[in-house]
Amino acid sequence: MAEEVKSPAPPPPEGENKPTAEKPVAAPPAAAAPPAAPPKPAAPAKPAGPVPLPWTSPLVEKYRSQYGSALDAQTYLGQNYLSVDRSLIPDILRLLRDEEQFDYCVDITAVHYPKREKQFDVVWILYSFPRNERMRVKTQIADGASIASSVSIWATANWLEREVYDMFGIQFDGHPDMKRILLPDGWKGHPLRKDYGILQQDKEWVQINLGIESGQ
Amino acid sequence: MTVYNDDTANDVSVRTPSRLDPETPEKPYLDSNELIINMGPQHPATHGVLRVILKLDGEKVLGTECIIGYLHRGVEKIAENRTYTMFNPYVDRMDYVAAVSNGLGYCEAVEKLMNVEAPPRAKYIRVILTELNRIASHQLWLGTHALDIGAMTPLFYTFRDREEILKIFEKYCGARLTTHAFRIGGCQYETYAGFEKDVKNFLTFVAPKIDEYEELLTTNRIWLERTKNVGVISAADAIALGVTGPVLRASGVKWDLRKAQPYAAYSDFEFDIPIGENGDTYDRYLVRMAEMRQSLRIIEQAVNKIPEGPIMGKVPKVIKPPVGEIYHSIEAPKGELGYFIVSDGSTQPYRLRVRPPSFVNLQALDIMVRGLLVADVIAVIGTIDIVLGEVDR
Repeated sequence: MAEEVKSPAPPPPEGENKPTAEKPVAAPPAAAAPPAAPPKPAAPAKPAGPVPLPWTSPLVEKYRSQYGSALDAQTYLGQNYLSVDRSLIPDILRLLRDEEQFDYCVDITAVHYPKREKQFDVVWILYSFPRNERMRVKTQIADGASIASSVSIWATANWLEREVYDMFGIQFDGHPDMKRILLPDGWKGHPLRKDYGILQQDKEWVQINLGIESGQ
Repeated sequence: MTVYNDDTANDVSVRTPSRLDPETPEKPYLDSNELIINMGPQHPATHGVLRVILKLDGEKVLGTECIIGYLHRGVEKIAENRTYTMFNPYVDRMDYVAAVSNGLGYCEAVEKLMNVEAPPRAKYIRVILTELNRIASHQLWLGTHALDIGAMTPLFYTFRDREEILKIFEKYCGARLTTHAFRIGGCQYETYAGFEKDVKNFLTFVAPKIDEYEELLTTNRIWLERTKNVGVISAADAIALGVTGPVLRASGVKWDLRKAQPYAAYSDFEFDIPIGENGDTYDRYLVRMAEMRQSLRIIEQAVNKIPEGPIMGKVPKVIKPPVGEIYHSIEAPKGELGYFIVSDGSTQPYRLRVRPPSFVNLQALDIMVRGLLVADVIAVIGTIDIVLGEVDR
C-alpha cells in the first residue's frame, strides 16, 4: 500500500504474467479439481483483472542477492509481497524487523489450498512505522509440517499464531504457549481448513460438555 | 474460587517473568503458590464474555491469562460460504458498537480488490457516518468505563447523547446498531431530506456535552486517583504487541491510519491526531475525548462540502473480483481493523481474514495489569476498549 494503486490498470496479457503455483486456480472452494500444478489461463478471458507484477526495490535486490531463488517478490494492486522458502522464515522476518524497520506485525494468518502439495500459505502482514509502508511475507508449508514461531520477533505473534494453530492446525516451533485460543481446548478439528464443513462440529465435545446432541 | 497457599514463595521477580522476554519460560499457574481466582466470563465489568484468570499475591496481580472464544461464531468460515454481498451484514456483528466502521473496511477492501472506487458523494457519506459512529463508540466506552470505575453519571449522559447518533442512523438506513449502511461500490441509500441539518444540529448539540463529560471527570480527584499511572504501556511495548488505536496513541505514537494511509475521503479534511505521553489509563481517556472533538471537526467539514453526484460506483450486479489478494485496513474506533481477502475469481471469498483491533489490543492486558490491584484490572479492561464480538468473531 506504500505506492498508490496504479490507476490505469495495465491491460493484462492473456494468461498470467508470472504464474505462481500458489494462486488458487479458478475453482469453487469445495469442488474437486485436478491437482493444480500447471497454471491454467483464467477461464473466461473477458474481465481478467490486474496481474501480479515483479516487485523491484532496494529491499528486494538486497535479499535476492543474499537468498537467490528462495525468494520471489511481487506486487499486486500496489501491495508488495515476498514469497519465501519455509527454511528462511525466522531469519528473514528478523532481518525485516531489524534492518528494514518493519517493526509492527499487523497480522499472521494462513490460507488452505487442499489440492496443492504444500497445502498451506502462511502470511505475515507487516508494517513499518518509519517508512509508512506495508508488505506481506508468504511461505508455503505442507500439512502436518511446522514453522518457526516469530514470538521472539514481535510479541504480538503470540495470540495470532495461536489462532492460526486453532483454525488450521499449523504448529509454530518455539511458541511459548501453543494451544487453542478461540475454540475449547478439547475440540477436534481445525475449522478454517477447506475440508471442514460449515455445519460440522465436534459432536462428541458438544455431547460431553454441553449435554446436548447438537450445538446448532 | 480456588485457593492455593504457600507462604514460602515470596520472590515476586521469579514469579513474574516478563512475557515480552522470550528467554524466561512461562510457568504454569498451578505449580506456583499464589492465589488464583477466576474473573468472568459472566461479569459485568468484563464488557461481555471475557474470562480472565488472575494470579494474585494478596491483592496484587502477578499475571493474567485471558480465556476468550465464548462468542466465536466463525465469521471467517461464514465468509467463505457466502457471496461477497451476502457477507456484508455479517461484518456489522463483529464490533457491534461500531458497525459502520466494520462495513466501511469491508466494502473498501472488496472495492480495492475489484479495482473500483466509490463516487465522491458516497465517500463523504461514509466519512460522516463513520465519524458519527466513532463518537458513539467512544461515548459507549466512556460510559461503561466510568461505570466500572465507580462514576455512574457519565453512563446516563453518554447514553442520552449517543441516542442522537443512533437516531440519525435509524433515519438514514433503518437500523440503529448493526446498520449495514454501505454497499460494495458506494452506499445503497441516498441521504434523507434533512440529513445535513440533523448532522449539523447534532454537532452543536454534542460539543458542549463533551465538555460536560470532561467537567465530570477530567479534574475529578477520584477519577485521577483511579486512572493516573494505572495500566501503563510504553510505546515500544505497544508496538511490539501490535497495539493500535487510541491505546497506541496514548503511549505517544502519533499514528492514525486516516492520516498515515488515507482512505475514503479523509485526505480532504483537516484534523489532528491527539496523543498522550504516559500511556496510562488517564491518557487514554484524554486521547479519546480529544478524538471525539476531532471527529466533530471532520464531520463539520464533510457535511459542509458534501458533493452532489451518484452514490453508487460502477460495480456489476454480481460481485466477482479477479483472482488475487488484498489487505486493506482502516482506523476503526478501537484500532486498525484490517481485511485480508483472497479471491479465486468466484463470487465467494476463497479466504477472508479479519484483523480485529480488539483481539490484538487485549493481548496487552497482561503486561498492563502486572503489579496492579484487582480493582485496577477492571479499569484496564475498560480502558483497552474491547468488544468481545470482535475479539471472538
